[in-house]
Amino acid sequence: MIKIANVSKHYGSFQVLTDCSTSVSKGEVIVVCGPSGSGKSTLIKCVNGLEPFQSGEIIVNGISVGDPRTNLPKLRAGVGMVFQNFELFPHMSITQNLAVAQVKVLKRTQDEAMDKGLKLLDRVGLKAQADKFPGQLSGGQQQRVAIARALAMDPICMLFDEPTSALDPEMVNEVLDVMTELAQEGMTMMCVTHEMGFAKRVANRVIFMDKGAIVEDDSKEAFFANPRSERAQQFLAKILHH
Amino acid sequence: MTYEFDWSSIPGSLPFLWDGMKISLEITAQAVVIGIVWGTLLAMMRLSSIKPLSWFAAGYVNLFRAVPLVMVLLWFFLIVPKFIETLFNFPPGADLRLSSAMMGFALFESAYYSEIIRAGIQSVPKGQISAAYALGMTYFQAMRLVVLPQAFRNMVPLLLTQGIILFQDTSLVYVSALADFFGAAYKVGDRDGRLVEMLLFAGAVYFVICFSASQLVKRLQKKYSPA
Repeated sequence: MIKIANVSKHYGSFQVLTDCSTSVSKGEVIVVCGPSGSGKSTLIKCVNGLEPFQSGEIIVNGISVGDPRTNLPKLRAGVGMVFQNFELFPHMSITQNLAVAQVKVLKRTQDEAMDKGLKLLDRVGLKAQADKFPGQLSGGQQQRVAIARALAMDPICMLFDEPTSALDPEMVNEVLDVMTELAQEGMTMMCVTHEMGFAKRVANRVIFMDKGAIVEDDSKEAFFANPRSERAQQFLAKILHH
Repeated sequence: MTYEFDWSSIPGSLPFLWDGMKISLEITAQAVVIGIVWGTLLAMMRLSSIKPLSWFAAGYVNLFRAVPLVMVLLWFFLIVPKFIETLFNFPPGADLRLSSAMMGFALFESAYYSEIIRAGIQSVPKGQISAAYALGMTYFQAMRLVVLPQAFRNMVPLLLTQGIILFQDTSLVYVSALADFFGAAYKVGDRDGRLVEMLLFAGAVYFVICFSASQLVKRLQKKYSPA
């Protein structure tokens, strides 16, 4: 489904990603973790071409992201993405947020889009908030709407860029629950997150990054039981013992 | 020696002055509309990653902001029409001078609008355009549906204030013999030998209009700014 091969990226002389390679198969849930500044957000943004990269290749569902001939909007329409800061459109109501791209990008009718949007809103438990505006919702609710908005496009896979790190602690679980449910339904997911509990529960594999490179790429059992690199051991020790 | 004020030429010339005011308002409206549309395009070009577009917009804005408005009006009044006539073989009877001056005015004000709009676009968080892209929107869809509506909402007070400045600037079109309000007042004063009274009167009218308009903007701003 997603294949990342020898991807490198730099801003001027600053190397952000160094020779990253991995792949995600259909139905797999991958958690990407690592200390801040390790390049994990940049890597996930390369997958749908939000960040350009200088060398290497990323193939999503058979299409090369870096190829200048690729129709990026079309590719992105099929790849859902959830951001750290939700990024709902503040000037639109919740239903408009859910419908706008369905209508303008997928050319669905307004009614179809509303229907689909409301169903997904119900699924994330927020049907009652349909007519409100993003600013009237809590962070956790906004992030659930953002997930519903991405799902409304019928994506073939979902990318999560630290979906819970901007949330108050008591709201983290409501978002993780939605993500867990999604994973159990067989959605292909790539999640940048520090939530190791989530990783233990639903991930198939864990990727650990440090200084722009993929240091470990292992099944979650192997990663948690027995991380090979010293850097990952330190990271886990810090993050699991509090 | 004291100056004897004589305001008697005002009442009789009110219809003529009103016609002038209509022209002033028309020029203002036209320049605001063109200024916002063209200014938005210029701002998008300026922020574009396509270098030639960004250079063109930067050059345009810097040129017009570094030249006095009177100068631009005179170019468009005297030079540009001649140029167009020879270039497109216009019949010599057609008078392009007035529309050309109005166009020059709008093009000049566009440079100022584009700077306001550029700041407005930059005030929208970058994540918003990323989110729009991630949903499969093209650049123009993302701008039209997501970025510009938010940008304009943030900019409304500034755009209105610029509109008021623009209304004052219209008085400069008198150099192009266009009978705007100021030009009309000047003509009446000249005709009756009452220039002092007419200039004071015109100033008072500009003051009342612009002052009340800016108070209105302030009140709107208070009402709609986030609490």
